[in-house]
Amino acid sequence: MKPRIGVFVCHCGLNIAASVEVSEVVKAIKDYPGVVHAQDYIYMCSDPGQNLVRKAIREHNLTGLVMSNCSPSLHERTFRNLAKSEGLNPYLVEVANIREYCSWPHQGDKETATKKALTIIKATIERVKRNQALTPLVVPLQKRVLVLGGGVAGMQTALDIAEGGYPVTILEKQAYLGGRVRQLDHTFVTMEKAKDLAGEMIDRTLAQPNIEVLTTAQIEGISGYVGNFEVQIRRQSDWVDPEKCNGCEACIKACPVEVPSTFDRGLVMRKAIDWTPGARPGEKRVFLDHQACVRVTRQESCTACQEVCDQGAITYPEDEQITQMYGAIVVATGHDLYRKSALTEYATDPDVLDALQFERLLSEDGPTGGKVLRPSDGKEPKEVVFVQCAGSRDPDKHFPYCSKICCMYTCKEARRYKEKVPDGQAYVFFIDVRSTGKGYEEFVKESVQKERLLYLKGKVSKIARQGDKLLVLGGDTITGHRVEIEADLVVLAMATVPSPGAKELARLLNVNTDPYGFIQEAHPKLAPVETLTAGIYLAGTSQAPKDIPHAIYQASGAASKILSLFSRKELIHEPLVAHVDTEICAGCGYCHDNCAYQAVSVDPILKKAVVNEALCEGCGACATACPSGAIQVKNLDSKQVFDMISVVTKDYALRP
Amino acid sequence: MKIRLSRERVRGDFVKKVEMISGQDLLQCYQCGKCSAGCPAAFEMDILPSHVIRLAQMGQEEELAQANSYWICFSCQTCTVRCPRGVDIAKIMEALRLVTLRQKNRNKVEATGLPPELLAELPQIAIVSSLRKLSG
Repeated sequence: MKPRIGVFVCHCGLNIAASVEVSEVVKAIKDYPGVVHAQDYIYMCSDPGQNLVRKAIREHNLTGLVMSNCSPSLHERTFRNLAKSEGLNPYLVEVANIREYCSWPHQGDKETATKKALTIIKATIERVKRNQALTPLVVPLQKRVLVLGGGVAGMQTALDIAEGGYPVTILEKQAYLGGRVRQLDHTFVTMEKAKDLAGEMIDRTLAQPNIEVLTTAQIEGISGYVGNFEVQIRRQSDWVDPEKCNGCEACIKACPVEVPSTFDRGLVMRKAIDWTPGARPGEKRVFLDHQACVRVTRQESCTACQEVCDQGAITYPEDEQITQMYGAIVVATGHDLYRKSALTEYATDPDVLDALQFERLLSEDGPTGGKVLRPSDGKEPKEVVFVQCAGSRDPDKHFPYCSKICCMYTCKEARRYKEKVPDGQAYVFFIDVRSTGKGYEEFVKESVQKERLLYLKGKVSKIARQGDKLLVLGGDTITGHRVEIEADLVVLAMATVPSPGAKELARLLNVNTDPYGFIQEAHPKLAPVETLTAGIYLAGTSQAPKDIPHAIYQASGAASKILSLFSRKELIHEPLVAHVDTEICAGCGYCHDNCAYQAVSVDPILKKAVVNEALCEGCGACATACPSGAIQVKNLDSKQVFDMISVVTKDYALRP
Repeated sequence: MKIRLSRERVRGDFVKKVEMISGQDLLQCYQCGKCSAGCPAAFEMDILPSHVIRLAQMGQEEELAQANSYWICFSCQTCTVRCPRGVDIAKIMEALRLVTLRQKNRNKVEATGLPPELLAELPQIAIVSSLRKLSG
């Protein structure tokens, strides 16, 4: 069938028409081989403009359209939809970009611009001549979600999705839900107990029938794509049967391994088998930490705990391996604090704590039962110095970013300290107090006055042990004075950093991280809960430091994105994907090596490249790598590219 | 200058007295500097009004005793009217004058020491304020 192509040239007001002689272009293109209709209009995207195109399709029975206007990112979809509604396959429409590529860069040079516009249009006509009518791909959709991390962000996402009617699995590395919030004492601004806040969410999560909680579990492998991720999960089996354990502690006494308690941030030691936070705040249970047990760390066959257990509660079953299909994944792996030892000028004194250690001192379920006692001698500290921006806003030595939450939690911790030690004095060294949330500024000011907190503007330079005291050398940049405080305890608001293992996880999931290891969002403003890998979403501090309200906003945002994805029956994928001519393909695998989406593989038996069309983004990296031209992108194959180049080389030949 | 802070300092008698006399909470001030920026007498002061408040917050009694700021202040109350935190700075200035005056034998001017001719010509209010400001 001979092509019947329509060419439509848009003035874009004067955006194109001021540089390109539109009428000349139309006149010249009218008789170009394959063209049966050419027309210009002031705004082709307007309703009257679109009506002209519709009319032309019907009257001239067009088989292809060359829309000569702005960038395809603006109106390709507009004109493809138009074609579809007129019964013309949308993939027979191509845009000749004569605005961004021509009229704008050649302003004031009408001759050059007009000639170039004509060449671009002719080349696009050649492309359209070989375009195939394509149908969008239909991809099945597994309506089940995997949430990585059982902190408040992970639980919120899981609850929102589960309440929407879809099954959710929460994978939690620790033995309990609640994440960082479980370690906290109170939460700003409400001064609600963190235990109550986490407890309420945990209760709802455990009671929600659509949520499956897998604790001491981690993701081990993943393949597939949006709608169809196949995930391998490894779950450490519980070596202490909670049903049988009567809490006699015989095993704890018998265990030969002692390690710093992670939950209490190293303030106390724990045995490999010891008490651990239970499912709900306030509960505890005996738990054998595989990471500490010599059975795992040194492959020894120690059975010390099992031998003394008269309940027969302790056994050592193998880890559980689970493989499950998921349609979407949410990364909610949380954060950690930067290690104190990195700030050598602040010493590694037992009475210099990081903010989470201080939270443990404040907490009723902490090592001191909620009494503020300093680690070195167990005395109640009367002079406590809080140091903000410890590692944050320090581009030269540590991290350039603001950790966002420290201003508020420092204020809260100072306030809680004063509530517990009313005759003590709290000092806060700050660079700025960033209290940018609802009620935050009011909270800081109220705390300062109520608890007589003394804020000092300046960074602490040195903390040194001086007998019974810690000498803090700081400054008050307001008056220009150097300040010395003989403190009993120092609390460092260490920079917020990603959870350990976040980078490895990102690599596994094929998502990007920023230079500091936080997972990169697809767009900082317009896609803050998505990653660039379709089907993988973000919630909470895995993306950037944030407080509980912001983690919850993002978690619900991610959930709503997934619910919107799941509201479709199946997924539709652009058909502009790579295609292999198996007659030519030699199975060399160059295409596989060059694919950023893991969409091409070589069939081990047939020795031919195979494209997973659902994963292919049609970028063409494989087509350029293929030595024999066996793999081609649909509607932009090498014949089309050569035809287009021929037009250009003819028009711009050095020697005519 | 190096200062040493302790709870005895920042919650000592001096701070309590200034707060009691002025009826102001010194920690209400968040050191924006608006008082200093608008003070018509600041050019004569050796310590800016906002720094006076800051030193008072930190209980720096000795340094404040050396300052001329609260003697220069003529209670025009521009600072008080403009303070975003509602601190009556003029009252704090007055409190600092009083704290100083209440220490005995620190008067620089005695009413009885003024010549009778001058006393006859001076308005009474000027005599009272002169006594305040030149004492201590």
